[in-house]
Amino acid sequence: MSAPTLPRQSSAASSAPPRTEKTSALKAEGRAGWLFVAPFALFYLLWLVGPTLYMLVTSFFNTSLVRPGLGSFAGLANYREMLTRPEFWDALWHTLYFTILTTIPLVVLSFVFAVLANRVRRGKWFFRLAFFLPYVLPSATISLIWVYIFTPDTGLWPAAQTLFGFDATAILADPATAMIGIAIATVWWTLGFNFVLYLAGLQDIPRELYEAAAVDGATPWQQIRFLTIPLLSRTTTLVVLLQIIASLKIFDQVYLMTQGGPGISTQVVLTLVANTGFTDNRIGAASAASVLLFVVIIAIAVGRQLIERRQERRAA
Amino acid sequence: MTWNAPPGPTRRTLLRGGLAGAAALGLAGCGSPLAAGIAGTPLNPDTVTFWNLFGGGDGARLQGMLDVYREQNGPGSLTSATFAWGNPYYTKVSLATLGNKPPDVAVAHSTRATILAQAGLLEPITDELLALGGFSSSDFTTSVFDAGKVGDVAYTIPLDTHPYVLFFNSDVCGQAGLLDGDGKLVQIVGQQAFEDALTAIAGVTGGAAWAASNVGDTSGSWRLFQTLYWQMDGATDFLGDDGQQLTVNEDLAIATMEFIGGLAAKGLLTPTVDYAGAGTQLFTGKVGFQTQGEWEITTAQSIEGLTFGMAPIPQVFDVPAAQADSHTFIIPKMERTDEQRQLAMGFVKSMLDQSLSWAEGGHVPAYIPTLESPEFAALEPQADYAAAAEIAKYDPPGWYSGSGSNFENVVGSQIGLVQQQLASPQEAMAAIKSQLNTYLDTPSPVA
Repeated sequence: MSAPTLPRQSSAASSAPPRTEKTSALKAEGRAGWLFVAPFALFYLLWLVGPTLYMLVTSFFNTSLVRPGLGSFAGLANYREMLTRPEFWDALWHTLYFTILTTIPLVVLSFVFAVLANRVRRGKWFFRLAFFLPYVLPSATISLIWVYIFTPDTGLWPAAQTLFGFDATAILADPATAMIGIAIATVWWTLGFNFVLYLAGLQDIPRELYEAAAVDGATPWQQIRFLTIPLLSRTTTLVVLLQIIASLKIFDQVYLMTQGGPGISTQVVLTLVANTGFTDNRIGAASAASVLLFVVIIAIAVGRQLIERRQERRAA
Repeated sequence: MTWNAPPGPTRRTLLRGGLAGAAALGLAGCGSPLAAGIAGTPLNPDTVTFWNLFGGGDGARLQGMLDVYREQNGPGSLTSATFAWGNPYYTKVSLATLGNKPPDVAVAHSTRATILAQAGLLEPITDELLALGGFSSSDFTTSVFDAGKVGDVAYTIPLDTHPYVLFFNSDVCGQAGLLDGDGKLVQIVGQQAFEDALTAIAGVTGGAAWAASNVGDTSGSWRLFQTLYWQMDGATDFLGDDGQQLTVNEDLAIATMEFIGGLAAKGLLTPTVDYAGAGTQLFTGKVGFQTQGEWEITTAQSIEGLTFGMAPIPQVFDVPAAQADSHTFIIPKMERTDEQRQLAMGFVKSMLDQSLSWAEGGHVPAYIPTLESPEFAALEPQADYAAAAEIAKYDPPGWYSGSGSNFENVVGSQIGLVQQQLASPQEAMAAIKSQLNTYLDTPSPVA
């Protein structure tokens, strides 16, 4: 959680090499380290690496959920099917669209709210709690809440619209706005996580810097612009990356709020994968779609990393 | 980072305590489902495990029926689990059966049971098996029993037929002059008569006349379409050759959608309403008609001060027809002893003997001794729409078809858009064809 502070501490630790420790002690420490990692590593191999490899293999076969074995060899047919299937491209675009819709507000708003909550004198606990609380709710709960809010005609949102003299809109029932509705629910739900990361980052900034800035006559806005934002850049990097990956993995809210509808306007890659694999029983085709999403996520993550590295080099 | 280890004894004590706890859990777990799962032993040979997909009013009624079974056979005689209906339910049944841990008996829609059967997940319902419960195949409505067959082999023991029907608000329809002296809906036959009736209702409500849910309810939109489409002369099954061919009569399908979209454009049919909202509109008199599955009778009856009635969907076009499916009992494939078979069939027998309770929840019994009983004939308003079961149109056969299936999602969602005025019938038909393409091209993964 406090990842932005970690690199500094660890680099501080490694810059002070052990002077008199024997290498055997180091080795023992290493062994202990592996032991501590073992439980996690075991589960990681069993439940993540293993299935991922299996997914890669099945994506080349006509594997059926209800038939034993891999089924007949399909070559690249599953990939060809997905790449030539308009719904797959639609789903991929919807996934990216959701990522764009959620990442920007989730980074900007969580930063703004963290700065504001950090400046509050009294009742700080209340604001921290208020922003973080939705995050502890299960996705099913937040989906129900927002489906109620967006219910056509009788929901809270259309009721409020009518109250203020607007025409009631059915957010989740209109292909043009359904994804926005899901994005709003998601922002409300997961804002708290980024908020906490930023809050941790903010508390890491020494107060003296602000005092010095204030003495130099910097306005609060200048303090944010030239102190807070640059000093939180590591946190921002982390938040943006985590957020993009989390948003690309969108499934719950779509599944629970619109089931991919209206039409297929909110169908995302993972709902397509779930439908193909667990409803159509076509594990092979579903694996191919998963691999393609995997490639997209890796590409975005690596691309972001490259851009960041170039920025850092330029800054240095 | 420096790691300040807590004083040794504390940690060790903790660990020891934890281990002891885990061991105790293991020991205590010998008779538990967990232990049975790990050891692969049956939970309890005298217990029937039963899975179903009944929520809402159906769920409450089923609990009453299960309680009767428990009273007759002892408190530990039954473990029942209810899951959300539709695709997730059938995935669970499939996976549990593949993992050799299926329930003894499960509920399935007739249109989905045949797919499970093709996947080799179900035991055939033979005459010998039926005899264990004291039945023969002639105890069931023939068409319903045959709907559960793959080839010549039956795989289901049908419980009911549940057609898509018309609910009407008696106050509204009375004021619109659509009720006879007994408070029943007058005969409405033909497109003109139907639209006149809707116009009369709209005169009373000052708004829409008819609510049919189409938001987040692709099955609802499909039911409406299937009902009206099959009322036209020349309608053919949407899919053919077990889902490998698109055999729908496109002209009639587009005509059906034009009818739905047209009524919504005129303001007679609600353009945008979800499942619960459609009911609310009827109950509060904002519309006079609601088309829905007959199971919503339980909800309607629970509304204080509401007088309502039910009828088969009027024959708007050439012939009467109504979308329907059947709830059935299936026996998932696993190794069973004769005793377990006997137990499973005894449970099914108990449920079918209570078909009248089930019929109170709106469903038309498939068990002939109940269907033809004077008690069922006396049920109101069930008797008024029971005829809809005879004009039942099931979902087309196909490995991706059936109640709550991807087929219903693909087709229903487009029809929903037509009703919302967000797609033209031609656009909807093109989208349906495009999205079904992958399915048409894919050999059945269950065959």
